Amino acid sequence: MISLSASETEPTEVPVTATVPTTPTTPDAPAEQAAAEQAPVEPDTDRASVRDPDAPPVVSVQDLSITYRTTFEKVPTIKSAIVRFGRGERAVREVHALQGISFDVAEGTSLGIIGANGAGKSTLMRALAGVLPPTSGRIEVRGEISSLLSLGVGFNGALSGRENVMLGGLAQGLTRAQVAERADEIAEFAELGDFMDLPLRTYSAGMAGRLAFAVSVHMEPDILLIDEALSAGDAKFKNKAAAKMDELMSSARAMFIVSHSLASIRELCNEAIWIHEGRLMLRGTPQECGDAYMRFLEVGETAFTLEDL
Amino acid sequence: MPTQDVARRRDPELRVYEPHRAGLPKFGPYFRDLRHRLPFAAEFSRSGIRAAHTQTVFGQLWLVLNPLLMALVYYLLVSIINPNGGGIERLAHIVCGLFVFQLVSGGLQQGSTSVTGGGRLIMNMAFPRLLMPLAAIRTAFFRFLPTVPVFLVIKLFTDEPWGLEMLLGAVFVLLVTVFSYGLAAIMATLQVYFRDTSSFLPFFTRIWLYLSPVLWTIDDLGGHGQRFAHLMLVGNPLFSLIGGWTELALLSEVPEPKVWLAATAWTVVAAVAGSLVFMSRERDFAVRL
Repeated sequence: MISLSASETEPTEVPVTATVPTTPTTPDAPAEQAAAEQAPVEPDTDRASVRDPDAPPVVSVQDLSITYRTTFEKVPTIKSAIVRFGRGERAVREVHALQGISFDVAEGTSLGIIGANGAGKSTLMRALAGVLPPTSGRIEVRGEISSLLSLGVGFNGALSGRENVMLGGLAQGLTRAQVAERADEIAEFAELGDFMDLPLRTYSAGMAGRLAFAVSVHMEPDILLIDEALSAGDAKFKNKAAAKMDELMSSARAMFIVSHSLASIRELCNEAIWIHEGRLMLRGTPQECGDAYMRFLEVGETAFTLEDL
Repeated sequence: MPTQDVARRRDPELRVYEPHRAGLPKFGPYFRDLRHRLPFAAEFSRSGIRAAHTQTVFGQLWLVLNPLLMALVYYLLVSIINPNGGGIERLAHIVCGLFVFQLVSGGLQQGSTSVTGGGRLIMNMAFPRLLMPLAAIRTAFFRFLPTVPVFLVIKLFTDEPWGLEMLLGAVFVLLVTVFSYGLAAIMATLQVYFRDTSSFLPFFTRIWLYLSPVLWTIDDLGGHGQRFAHLMLVGNPLFSLIGGWTELALLSEVPEPKVWLAATAWTVVAAVAGSLVFMSRERDFAVRL
């Protein structure tokens, strides 16, 4: 069974096949990967086994808690602060978004994160991306992270798609030349055509979503964070996105996917965690976590949650 | 702590996120990251300018026309109020001070909305947030630059001397820019907590303009001038910053050492305090937007 604290079930329990564990040097990895992809058996376990089991975890979350204070006012203003002060009210609310979460993620893992709205999934993703520093605990990350935390590049509607891509890449820490190199590839993947050089505000929601997805998968990340972004675009693009994700699985070291679609978690992930109200409930295979989550919700697998990728 | 340092040296790729001590991130990695991503601030500011003016002739012209019209409005005002106020010398003085003042007020206005305007970028990406006010100040600076030739043309029509001392004015422009950055960082932080900060700002800057030697000179003040000047030197940062610039650029006179000292001190205080205030609240930005 899977223990609740989950950190000790990993990564030693990954079944080691006959292949001699090799150090994950870059020249070796693609060859092994190709071999793994040719095998018709469960690709996930194969993928995990080609990596060095003694390698340090790519991501290590140690007793992570995140608490923040935020206001429940929609638009906090000096005026409302004065009015509140006169009434002796406080508009600050303390949010315990995550409480004592620990887990390690080994190389080659694609971790699905499931949980209800407000469970802390997005907070966890932001903490992994370094946007929200921990209140207590510690996160260790080995490698370059690219995040697709919510839909839309959406920096500046007045700027063209290309300029927004450039800004996103530079904010990510790439050089100008590196981004320029990728811009055309991104435009092509996102199927934007001439829209790439038009202002972002002229884009449809689908186009913006496709662009955001394309940007984040083309930054050649070691670790990819994807939050509810699988719904970008039409059916055709979804297939393309899924193919790209598969391809990324072979080059990226780890992938974190937040989705309410249990079907896509099952399809794309080889491990999963279930978070509820800021606590880690379960760590296991996507199937186990999904089942436990569904039992917890007392809903059963309805067509809604099995909505296709 | 020591184990972490060892780990960092062994594995340069390893990044550790830990609680911020006393609310501040570790300075070493923070400023290294900041320097590494300065191209982002530059691009952010450049594309913002591009989007605002879209390279039209009138857009470019407006950059010069707007402060010039503003200067004319104040010139009319001053020459009506002041019996001996008119003349091209007065106009040159106003233009000289006002253009630099607009670097400060423009930087403050841009800077105050730099974080709240960052939106998704702030919420979803990890980068030193100080890049946002830095980009705003860069924008303000590049809006100031085209006004310098306008001032020089107006100065041509006066009898004020020209000299190499004028080049030293660049030092004061630099100080003013860094000073504005510090204040912009504070305003950007305030704006996150109180979204009407940027609406109050114009009133505040307007009063500040009247308190600074832009529309008046020390000589206008008559007998009380010296004592007042002393008070202003200590209490009003823009008195030394804009005063020093005007002396150099307009009058080609090197200001007294105390003016240099006050200007530098204010600049350092603003930049350090602004950075610290901003960095200590930075963590909140992602959850407050």
